[in-house]
Amino acid sequence: MASDTVLAGKIDSLEARIDYYPTHEIAGFRLRPGKPFPFGATLVPGGVNFSVFSSYAFTCVLVLFEKGSVEPLAEISFPDSFRIGHVWSMMVFDLDCERIEYGYRMDGPFDTVAGHRFNKDKILLDPYAKAVGGRDVWGTSPDWDSLFPYRGRLVFEDFDWEDDRPLEVPIEDLVIYEMHIRSFTRHPSSGVRHPGTFAAMRDKIPYIKELGVTCVELMPIYEFDEFENSRRHPDTGEMLYNYWGYSTVNFFAPKAGFAATGRLGMQVDELKNLVKELHKNNIEVILDVVFNHTAEGDERGPTFSFRGIDNKTYYMLTPEGYYYNFSGCGNTLNCNNPIVRSIVLDCLRYWASEYHIDGFRFDLAAILGRDPWGAPLSNPPLLESLAFDPVLGKCKLIAEAWDAGGLYQVGSFPAFGRWAEWNGKYRDDLRCFLKGDSGKVGSLAQRIQGSPDLYGWNGRGPTASINFITCHDGFSMYDLFSYNEKHNEANGENNNDGGNDNDSWNCGCEGETSDPGIINFRKRLIRNAWTILMVSHGIPMVLMGDEMGRTQRGNNNTYCQDNDLNWLDWGLMDENADLLRFARNMVSFRMAHPVLRNRYHLSNQDYMGSGYADISWHGESAWNADWSDESRTLAFMLCGKHAKSGTVCDEYIYVAMNSHWETKCFEIPMPAPDSGKWYVAVNTAMPSPEDIFEPGKEPELGDQGHFLVTPYSVVVLVAR
Amino acid sequence: MTIETKVDGINVIATVTGEIDGKSAPQVQSELLAALQDGNRLLVDMKGVTFLSSAGLRMLLLLYRQIAAKKGKVVLVGVSEEIRDTMSMTGFINFFTLSDSQEEGLKALS
Repeated sequence: MASDTVLAGKIDSLEARIDYYPTHEIAGFRLRPGKPFPFGATLVPGGVNFSVFSSYAFTCVLVLFEKGSVEPLAEISFPDSFRIGHVWSMMVFDLDCERIEYGYRMDGPFDTVAGHRFNKDKILLDPYAKAVGGRDVWGTSPDWDSLFPYRGRLVFEDFDWEDDRPLEVPIEDLVIYEMHIRSFTRHPSSGVRHPGTFAAMRDKIPYIKELGVTCVELMPIYEFDEFENSRRHPDTGEMLYNYWGYSTVNFFAPKAGFAATGRLGMQVDELKNLVKELHKNNIEVILDVVFNHTAEGDERGPTFSFRGIDNKTYYMLTPEGYYYNFSGCGNTLNCNNPIVRSIVLDCLRYWASEYHIDGFRFDLAAILGRDPWGAPLSNPPLLESLAFDPVLGKCKLIAEAWDAGGLYQVGSFPAFGRWAEWNGKYRDDLRCFLKGDSGKVGSLAQRIQGSPDLYGWNGRGPTASINFITCHDGFSMYDLFSYNEKHNEANGENNNDGGNDNDSWNCGCEGETSDPGIINFRKRLIRNAWTILMVSHGIPMVLMGDEMGRTQRGNNNTYCQDNDLNWLDWGLMDENADLLRFARNMVSFRMAHPVLRNRYHLSNQDYMGSGYADISWHGESAWNADWSDESRTLAFMLCGKHAKSGTVCDEYIYVAMNSHWETKCFEIPMPAPDSGKWYVAVNTAMPSPEDIFEPGKEPELGDQGHFLVTPYSVVVLVAR
Repeated sequence: MTIETKVDGINVIATVTGEIDGKSAPQVQSELLAALQDGNRLLVDMKGVTFLSSAGLRMLLLLYRQIAAKKGKVVLVGVSEEIRDTMSMTGFINFFTLSDSQEEGLKALS
């Protein structure tokens, strides 16, 4: 009972705190000077603490609304005595937290050359709002004339996580599944109760678990507006949206339209519950975060938040006061301004601590390394702050190491010992090798080892390399081997959008075909891709649906398509059951073999005294790989005694890759005498289910010395 | 929103009707806590609850914790399909015992 007394005492003392009582009354509201920290709107006993800052505003007004109403409930000017430095703060008592929406009016100079665009007629969204109303249900047409389209909301930050926390899986043990919340379950075939939502994804956790991936990377889930630049296709009349969501309205709020409970304002709980359930299943969550620009566009865009609060602080501006456009989206967030830097840091700390997020993938991250005038910094303070932050200390930090302004930093992104990168060169080299290009064997060897040519020179391990062949940008894997050219007509931009450097191959027919030979051949190339990806050092990332042959019908830039170009058709599970089986087994093969998941670069030497180097290179002749320009074959062997830098013992693995149009006879190196015989784990040329065998069930290889590898196929052997 | 409470030995049966939101939740909480003594078992009949907001869910969870601290038990009865769905999606459902009828609820409490 003693503990109850102590607990009761604590609650009483909280309610009786001497600083939570009103000192003022304005417009019928009881209030008092607030606390500058934390920024944003925070529930306090009996009321709400509002805190907002602007470096250049003269005055600030808190505007309160009844939920959803057009006219404000009240406008409360901050008394100047409530301001400390550039921060206005105020506690307002007796608010019904569930019924209130809030914004600010800021008055200040309008002088575009000087960088100021204040407009006191605008009601502005708090950059620190923890939830946003106005787009509560996906696709519901908004009131285009609304004075206050994106409405700050108050949230309860009391989710009961029980004993959950971020999983801290070593990054080399991850297999990442890149996916879009809505696309994953919106298709009618998903069979879930609330298609296209966080709740629906929770229902599909058993599927993710069975696939075997250990991490989901969610395409943007920060509040965005699907109606930004929405339009009808001129020919088809199809509605085109800001579907992917790479355009942030607010950095702290989850997208309400992705929550089945968004209409009840419970998106925060629904998302946290999803994360908690994923963690229970040992699946990490990485967020794709877009800090390179905002949804306010350039000088022609709307003013709903940052521009009206502190334009000069938030955006990179030309000397004439226009917007730099390194993002390709109209504006560029001024990330290395010290204030913006702290917002980014506050934001990520919030997601890591409040939502238990395991890591972040930064869209167009090269922008984060530019100074306020756009020049690349050698030691970018933002990237350094993130790398050394205590709250983010165990988070995965992954950069898309390029931007739309031409800065390409794959291999040279300022890493501070922490940052990993989307390895664009892995994608390009693998695609070229898979379709049989010459001159690719040398690069392939680098990519398979975790790209030591890119990450070895400065002490970064293979853990710096996120290996992928497909991602949301570009073709799906099925389309990679079904189309030579992009077919983006559905986007209504005359096929001018989307990349042209796809390194794809249609295998003899552009698009869909009924020719079983071509279909089977495409599937074999898909199996080749899965195989090499899963036996490469580094961290494999796969794109949602590639495990079951998802097609975008040749569209390589489906950013605006709210239809089956993006929605995952779950019928493919049956239609391409063979592919799905292969993918699942290939993931479990990787997870079963620590020798594939070293943290440090391979040395090409024998430091364990096993008689074999950690990795050795072979070809049609054992110990003699053909590195010539015309070579399209390569084999390698991983020594099981060197697994995890020699700390664990694994089976030997031998992989033979033939992207030549002729069958090649590979001479197989003998494993160490005490390592047993070779067994066939994978032969992508075989029909299912003989294309892959579950760990432990591999058949013994007849001729232990040679293997005839069919054109365009990959063979994996294990020795035990 | 109305609350009726009935004490039946160790069991307290509360019937709540109407909407439980940020405005009415504190009233539900204080009335129920007032009706309870240490070791009581609480059955909340929610067949007549048409709406349960985020604040209402939090009140129920807090109530549950407070009663558990006093060695009591709570069961929710007749929660509508829609509210049950919301509780499931937001994770609240994991903390509660739910029953379809008062009889089942009393069984769950014993």
